[in-house]
Amino acid sequence: MTAGRIDRRVELTLGALAVAVLAMIAAMTATVIAKGWPSFSHNGLSWFGPGGDVDTQLRAMQEAKALPGHSLYYFRAWPLIWGTLVTTLAAVLIALVISTLAAIFLTEFAPPAMRRTLDPVIRLLAGVPSVIYGLIGILAIAPWINQHLLSNSRKASVSIVVQLNGANLTTATLILIVMILPIMVAISANALAAVPPAWREGSVALGVNRWRTIWRVSLRTARPAIIAATILATARALGEAVMLGMVSGGRGFAANPLDGITFLFEPVRPLAATIFQNSDGLTIPVLAHTIYAIGAVLLVSAAMLSLAGWAAKRQLGRYGIRA
Amino acid sequence: MATGQLAPSPPPGLSIARTGREGTGSWPLVDRIAFWLCWITGIGLCVTAVAIVLFMMVKGISYLHLDMLVRSPAPSAIQSQSGGILDPIVGTLIVAAIGTAIAAPIGVALAAWLSEYRRPAWLAHAVESAIEIIAGAPSVVLALFGLLIFSQGFLGFLSQTAANGAVYGRSFIAAGVVMAVLALPLIVGSVREALEQLPDRLREASYALGRTRATTIRRVLLPSIRPSIATGTVLGMGRIIGDTAIIRILLGVSLTNQGVGHLPILGALRGTGSTLTSYVYENSPAGEGNAPQKAYAAAFLLLVLVLALNGLVTWLTNAGAGERRGPRTAFRLLRFSGAQE
Repeated sequence: MTAGRIDRRVELTLGALAVAVLAMIAAMTATVIAKGWPSFSHNGLSWFGPGGDVDTQLRAMQEAKALPGHSLYYFRAWPLIWGTLVTTLAAVLIALVISTLAAIFLTEFAPPAMRRTLDPVIRLLAGVPSVIYGLIGILAIAPWINQHLLSNSRKASVSIVVQLNGANLTTATLILIVMILPIMVAISANALAAVPPAWREGSVALGVNRWRTIWRVSLRTARPAIIAATILATARALGEAVMLGMVSGGRGFAANPLDGITFLFEPVRPLAATIFQNSDGLTIPVLAHTIYAIGAVLLVSAAMLSLAGWAAKRQLGRYGIRA
Repeated sequence: MATGQLAPSPPPGLSIARTGREGTGSWPLVDRIAFWLCWITGIGLCVTAVAIVLFMMVKGISYLHLDMLVRSPAPSAIQSQSGGILDPIVGTLIVAAIGTAIAAPIGVALAAWLSEYRRPAWLAHAVESAIEIIAGAPSVVLALFGLLIFSQGFLGFLSQTAANGAVYGRSFIAAGVVMAVLALPLIVGSVREALEQLPDRLREASYALGRTRATTIRRVLLPSIRPSIATGTVLGMGRIIGDTAIIRILLGVSLTNQGVGHLPILGALRGTGSTLTSYVYENSPAGEGNAPQKAYAAAFLLLVLVLALNGLVTWLTNAGAGERRGPRTAFRLLRFSGAQE
């Protein structure tokens, strides 16, 4: 056999592997959606809407006793979707501000010693397993919030609807911010560091001070990367199950912004955490279909976000910058 | 970076960007506030990291006893009698070993194809986006998919089969395979980036000697990026040992490792068990056990493992930095690891 034919064979083998990865993604999307389909088809579009207590509906499936007047599949995911939206958006927006400032600090202002410390610090924050974040949240932060920020009158004000304790929207969002910060800082800082020095020097030479230069030139050039970082962080926050399952209050409750400050202390339970906490019930067919339906929603949204982030990052190529 | 063509950078000492050290006295107030906010966030990040490590260290050292490392968990409501964390440690090692053993060769092969062959182009683009999708997919959904696959009848030999023929679908093998998927993007990203940074003259020299592309990859390119392959693998391993969702769904909720059948090694791999992450979760107030001291002890050990892997990555990237890579490569790869489940 000639060397050329071996080469061809290697290329085909590696190519086949690549096709296999594609096939796996396709199979994953298809099977998860297919397994969840009964839940969607029984509920139609109102699957995404409000209606009743979602925890009661899940328990009914677990006990195989249909709620009066409804089929066993009856499921209204709005409280879970709302919980996901609120925690994700709040965390991402706050993290966007913090990470941009941190990235500027890292690339522009930090003295070399500080920079050498920040690199491992950010990698450490990214590396801490979410169950440890959850543990700190549930054993240290939640009790503190319960003791110091939650007055008894506040608890009493909503006690008919929901029990308040330290595990709530605020705790979940705070920890989520810490968890998504590292990727955002990493991507933004890399893009800022890659801005051609000549562009900034041009601005400084015109007498613009350094902050304005960063604001007008560097940030502007790195904008696609910052957008990409935000989108990717959103996908992370969306998929975070363990930590949120531990500290968000674990109650399928649609926290009501009309409650004022109390809103911040109401429990929620995002979609991913719901899957995680009901994973013991996967042997019960109806419950399994519902959980897979939630999984399908998460998978499709996360995939779209990943692709959007990827597309945003490719824009950077225009400036010859890699992020 | 394409900056070289735009303008030759002045020697480091003269760089205009550096003159900003002059201080912020002349800046408008808003700019000065922003400047100080930058400092505050930077220091805040450091303080957060230090606080997490210190907190876990204080709790961990006070609750982790050496004999816990060699004793199995025992069912008991009293924390002093509920045994050690031997099974979770072994479980973590097994899952990490299976996961990286599968992910490393596949990841390297994929990266080689993506960077050296890329034919047809549309397939390469599709694969790139597929890897982005895996990197962004919630691990709890990967676990759901894994359970669906491994509870198929014909894969029953990889886990347990109940009396009525239903396949359990939960085992070390199942968890390890799905963990490999989780680690794949990190390895592909790391290896691919290293391959793309290799100078073309390496490839050209090899072709000039009459080597084929396949031989060039195997004999020239891969050996020269060994630190990056190691970096990717270690990052992947870090992601694997930190994941809880896949463990709880695909390895079950028992605290001890329970083998199946009589075969010594295969039996254990087909069985269910626990890892440090699932042990922490089960013993936290969110799980069944509610033994915070045990949870702190195991979490501390887990954090030590993660820190050790982190240090290894730093060491590896510095080892590779001499030739062609800045120490920031591992940093750049963060986007594939991010928040862990």
